[in-house]
Amino acid sequence: MNKERTHILVVDDEEIVRESLSGWLAEDGYRVETAPDGPTAIQKVQTARWSILLVDLKMPGMDGLQVLEEVRRIQPETAVVIMTAYATVATAVTAMRLGAYDYLVKPFEPEEVSLMIQKIVTQQALVRETEVLRKVLKREHRFRDLVSKSPAMQSIFTLARAAARSQSTVLVLGESGTGKEVLARAIHLDSPRAGRPFVAVSCAALPDSLLESELFGHERGAFTGALTRRIGKFEAADGGTLFLDEIGDISAKLQLDLLRVLEDRRFFRVGGTEAVSVDVRIIAATNRDLTKESAEGRFREDLFYRLNVVPIVLPPLRDRRQDIPLLIEQLLEQLGAEQNRRIEGVSAEAMAALVSHDWPGNIRELRNVLERAIVVATGAVLQAADLGMPERAVADLDKVGPLSLEEVERRHIANVLRHTEGNVSQTARLLGIDRVTLYNKMRKYNLKRPQEHSNDQVRISKP
Amino acid sequence: MTRKGRSTPAIYVWWLGSGPSPDGLVASVGRHVEHVFGLGAAVWTAPDRPTRAFDPLRGQHSSTRILEWLLEQGPAEARKLLGVTDMDLFIPILTFVFGEAQLGGRASVVSAARLAPAGLVRDDDRLLAARLAKEAAHEVGHSFGLVHCDDRRCVMSRSASLIDVDVKGGGLCHDCWTRYLDLRDQPGGRDE
Repeated sequence: MNKERTHILVVDDEEIVRESLSGWLAEDGYRVETAPDGPTAIQKVQTARWSILLVDLKMPGMDGLQVLEEVRRIQPETAVVIMTAYATVATAVTAMRLGAYDYLVKPFEPEEVSLMIQKIVTQQALVRETEVLRKVLKREHRFRDLVSKSPAMQSIFTLARAAARSQSTVLVLGESGTGKEVLARAIHLDSPRAGRPFVAVSCAALPDSLLESELFGHERGAFTGALTRRIGKFEAADGGTLFLDEIGDISAKLQLDLLRVLEDRRFFRVGGTEAVSVDVRIIAATNRDLTKESAEGRFREDLFYRLNVVPIVLPPLRDRRQDIPLLIEQLLEQLGAEQNRRIEGVSAEAMAALVSHDWPGNIRELRNVLERAIVVATGAVLQAADLGMPERAVADLDKVGPLSLEEVERRHIANVLRHTEGNVSQTARLLGIDRVTLYNKMRKYNLKRPQEHSNDQVRISKP
Repeated sequence: MTRKGRSTPAIYVWWLGSGPSPDGLVASVGRHVEHVFGLGAAVWTAPDRPTRAFDPLRGQHSSTRILEWLLEQGPAEARKLLGVTDMDLFIPILTFVFGEAQLGGRASVVSAARLAPAGLVRDDDRLLAARLAKEAAHEVGHSFGLVHCDDRRCVMSRSASLIDVDVKGGGLCHDCWTRYLDLRDQPGGRDE
């Protein structure tokens, strides 16, 4: 028992009581101070943390119950014990109802007060210990910025930690928004390369020729506009990690170039004749099924095997719903800090909506919904209305019964498009996917944007 | 006035009871504190008794008043003054106390009133002698600056009831002994 951590404040208008009680408690090794009246006590409570307040009931001016009420407001974790020379059942009941820890009649039996103080100190130590353990447990549930309670994700974290220690190429698979880049960064930060650069490239964002120069750099005059020599991402990541996102989208030529680099750890800048050696750990990611792509000849099988050394499959959010509350807590913490807002949590209704939603855009979509909610919320607790989630989708689903995932995704995209009045950029942001993916999905599900002259915002026709 | 014990005693034990001095009891207290603290102890005998310590409303004696009186009346050369009494002691906030001490000060007092098995202070009562010796050492420990110890067998553990007194041993635990050595050798812990 750490007695020096226990701060006790004795509040009594009688000096002799203050002196004798504080002296008696000081013999136990507690840090004891005294206050002659309520206002002085409140001032002390406002400026320091107290474990226990022993407060006399009858004091001129501010009485013990008023002190109790104020302390419960300022420091609810402090145990307040009311002392009185005149015990009445009514005041005892009032004190307990106002949140007093206990009620003592003066003079006290030494054993009674001694046991009570010990009990409070033990309880407070247990509360502190629980908080520490909860934090430790929280750390157990996380791998850097990833959090999860699900056993499947825990085994992913174990695999990722092991992969981090190795030099092996890692292939992260999973739908858009499942946290592939977050996992890649976590692996990098947990690896011996943590002090070196982490360079991320989205292979789908650039046309083939530009991507080649982006990855390998180019020599001066290599092509029109190449006015100076420029180093590529491979060189920029030397000693560190190169994260190649959307690897399934690269052309056959680039697949071959990449295969060579992976085999030789050497490459040529575009227009260059001198081989450049690099020490780079590759983490590739894609939302495509590379086994299928390589079986059907769209992705080089040899490159697939080179990349597929340590495959890690991130499950979609709908398959790990139990993590949604934990993710919400983490995201609110991050977003609240970014927006300088204190958000305490979400209402039960909002939580129910968030947990039951299917999240086609996965964590990114969840993050965007919460970000929007923080902007529009007026209180510290996010309400269902703040989420701006299309209610009709949920209602419709209830009516029509079980649907296929594709049908749910189609309906959800249609609903969000309707919600944004056909604004593709906003829809993509809300869904947590990029515009290209949204266009692809709209094409797939035959969802059309409303014509500018039309009042009908989105035409939905089943494929 | 007579003085018994070693030539340079540090702790003076003074019978302040209502009746005649139970010499055997007081001497055994002296021997015990001498043994526990490794310092010379002497029995101080003087006919003076604390005045203004009795509270007629409570029918008890204020231990705090006795401490004040001890500081005024005790021999100036005493490093620690321990009053031993058969009067029931109290501090305003508690129904009774077995004793009281100035934490890190000179004076301490211990009472046999609630330690005697049948409420009778008898010189030949061995249980009372053992309890009184423990509580006397406890209060002297406070006057050296020791606070309560969580080890229930240590003499510095809190005695809120007779059971606590009987459970504890008569000496300092290892931690309290180490702390006592530090406190004893500090400038403030030396003769005041």
